[in-house]
Amino acid sequence: MSKIITEDHQEGEVQVFKKQSLLAETWRRLKKNWSAMVGLAIVVLLILMAVFADVLYDYDNVVIKQDIANRLQAPTSAHPFGTDEVGRDILARIVHGSRVSLEIGFLAVIFSLFIGGFLGAISGFFGGKIDNVIMRIMDVFLAIPGTLLAICIMAALGSSIFKLIIALSVSNVPVFARIVRGSVLTVRDVEYVEAARAIGCKNGTIIFGHVLPNSLAPVIVQTTLNIAGVILTIAGLSFLGLGVSEPRPEWGGMLSSGRAYIRDYSYMTMFPGLMIMITILALNLLGDGLRDALDPRLR
Amino acid sequence: MWKYILKRILTLIPVLIGVTLIVYLIMSFAPGDPAITILGDQAKPEAIAQLREEMHLNDPVLVQYGRYIINLVQGDMGTSYKTKKEVSFEISSRFPNTLKLSLVAVILSVVLAIPLGIVAAVKQNTFIDGFSMIIALLGVSIPIFWFALLLMLLFSLKLGWLPSSGNSYWYSIILPAAALGLHGIASIARVTRSSMLEVIRQDYIRTARSKGVPYSTVIKRHALRNALIPTVTVIGLEIGSLLGGSVLTETVFAWPGIGRYMITSISGRDIPSVLGCIIVFTLCFSVCNLIVDLLYGFIDPRIKSQYS
Repeated sequence: MSKIITEDHQEGEVQVFKKQSLLAETWRRLKKNWSAMVGLAIVVLLILMAVFADVLYDYDNVVIKQDIANRLQAPTSAHPFGTDEVGRDILARIVHGSRVSLEIGFLAVIFSLFIGGFLGAISGFFGGKIDNVIMRIMDVFLAIPGTLLAICIMAALGSSIFKLIIALSVSNVPVFARIVRGSVLTVRDVEYVEAARAIGCKNGTIIFGHVLPNSLAPVIVQTTLNIAGVILTIAGLSFLGLGVSEPRPEWGGMLSSGRAYIRDYSYMTMFPGLMIMITILALNLLGDGLRDALDPRLR
Repeated sequence: MWKYILKRILTLIPVLIGVTLIVYLIMSFAPGDPAITILGDQAKPEAIAQLREEMHLNDPVLVQYGRYIINLVQGDMGTSYKTKKEVSFEISSRFPNTLKLSLVAVILSVVLAIPLGIVAAVKQNTFIDGFSMIIALLGVSIPIFWFALLLMLLFSLKLGWLPSSGNSYWYSIILPAAALGLHGIASIARVTRSSMLEVIRQDYIRTARSKGVPYSTVIKRHALRNALIPTVTVIGLEIGSLLGGSVLTETVFAWPGIGRYMITSISGRDIPSVLGCIIVFTLCFSVCNLIVDLLYGFIDPRIKSQYS
């Protein structure tokens, strides 16, 4: 990102010092961590799967179309993961299910990151009364266990994808507000912020131009881990019948409908469960790797 | 110390008022008319209007909330729309089951996770370390309800060793507690390992070693006590996910606790019951956090000295 070039005119040669940006430096360290790279590779594959889901399986004709004649078929070459109780191909539903999980997971975390980050940055930067009011409100939200808050919101609003995103965002905003506030507090009083203020920068420029970019590390780690948590919550809510509803495929919902057939057709619960686990595992590996790469104290 | 405990309990009050307000407001968005839920779709409009008046449903939400809080302080959580019984009765008859399940799960995870974390740290980079960390990593990644289903499939449906649902025998609790405890085992073991690793590199551990104290005593007497603070923190955090997890576990194993009651109440649109369950869960969470905060004082004399 930034290059420092010093020219030594007396000697007549040009010396170039390259200062690595945070991004390049983190990537360099992350590359050495094989488990994080495995995590990253799986996450990239999952994203590709979600993006190209329509190319792999047609939504209307394969994913949601019932085919009673072929119901409850064990895995075969035609249906590698078998078929469900109304004859839909489980693999096709898993592929399309990744779309729901990733889409809602990313959107919910990005929403809560923006809202929580904004509140946390204001709170940490200004301190005093504003800080007190914002953080006390966040404390109240944090006093309700996240999953329960999401269950409560979904119970009141009824299930739909948009409402699911709202429910998950609300329960994650305080988490980000706290982290961003903590990180802003550590960089608020350093010299370059003082310098920026001395040259007459406005508060907004200082917060968004100088303070936030320098307090990103813990936020990046938390974002990765939160996406994992949110995807688990989505699956849990759908499992309870409060998340994504039929016929739209969602991994937790698929597990829930496979429950009734678990004794004789356990593959119906096996594959969606494995899929959730692999996704969460990959995001956790990546999150841990990012933490190691970004946190200088651990080296 | 007592002053600190009193202060902490007092700061709990505004938080609980805030929590009940938020939950009450959220639940007031729930669609459907409670009067219709109680009387059924066929009820006459006059009867519905009369019931609405009796239940003060025409008052502003905040007035209704105020009335709810005044009753709540007296232990009255309203009447269930479905069973027509007191919500406080419905909850108190199920609460011991949830408490039992959660306690067994917490004890299980603490008893298994701390030794696992210590051994992994002491034998760092060996097979045991690798193995326990893989278990821990899988443990935090497995969705609790799927793990519960797998346990049920293996131990009750295939092997027939343990009952798959209910609370009829003393050993009925084994599967639900194992399912609920796994996440705790995993995260507590991970944190114990990393804080142990940090502690055993400290100078005072080297001093103890060099004066000839046996290694096992060094670990027990010198390292463990100092490594436990982050462990206690994570146990506190785990309780939150445990309460959320108990809703899922109780649903899978048909465990007669308040988590399952809450889910059946949600599908029955039984708002007072849902509200009561969430408030009880949140109260438990706050009390557990308070206990964890106080525990720090017992583990770390430095923190204790700040209280007095």
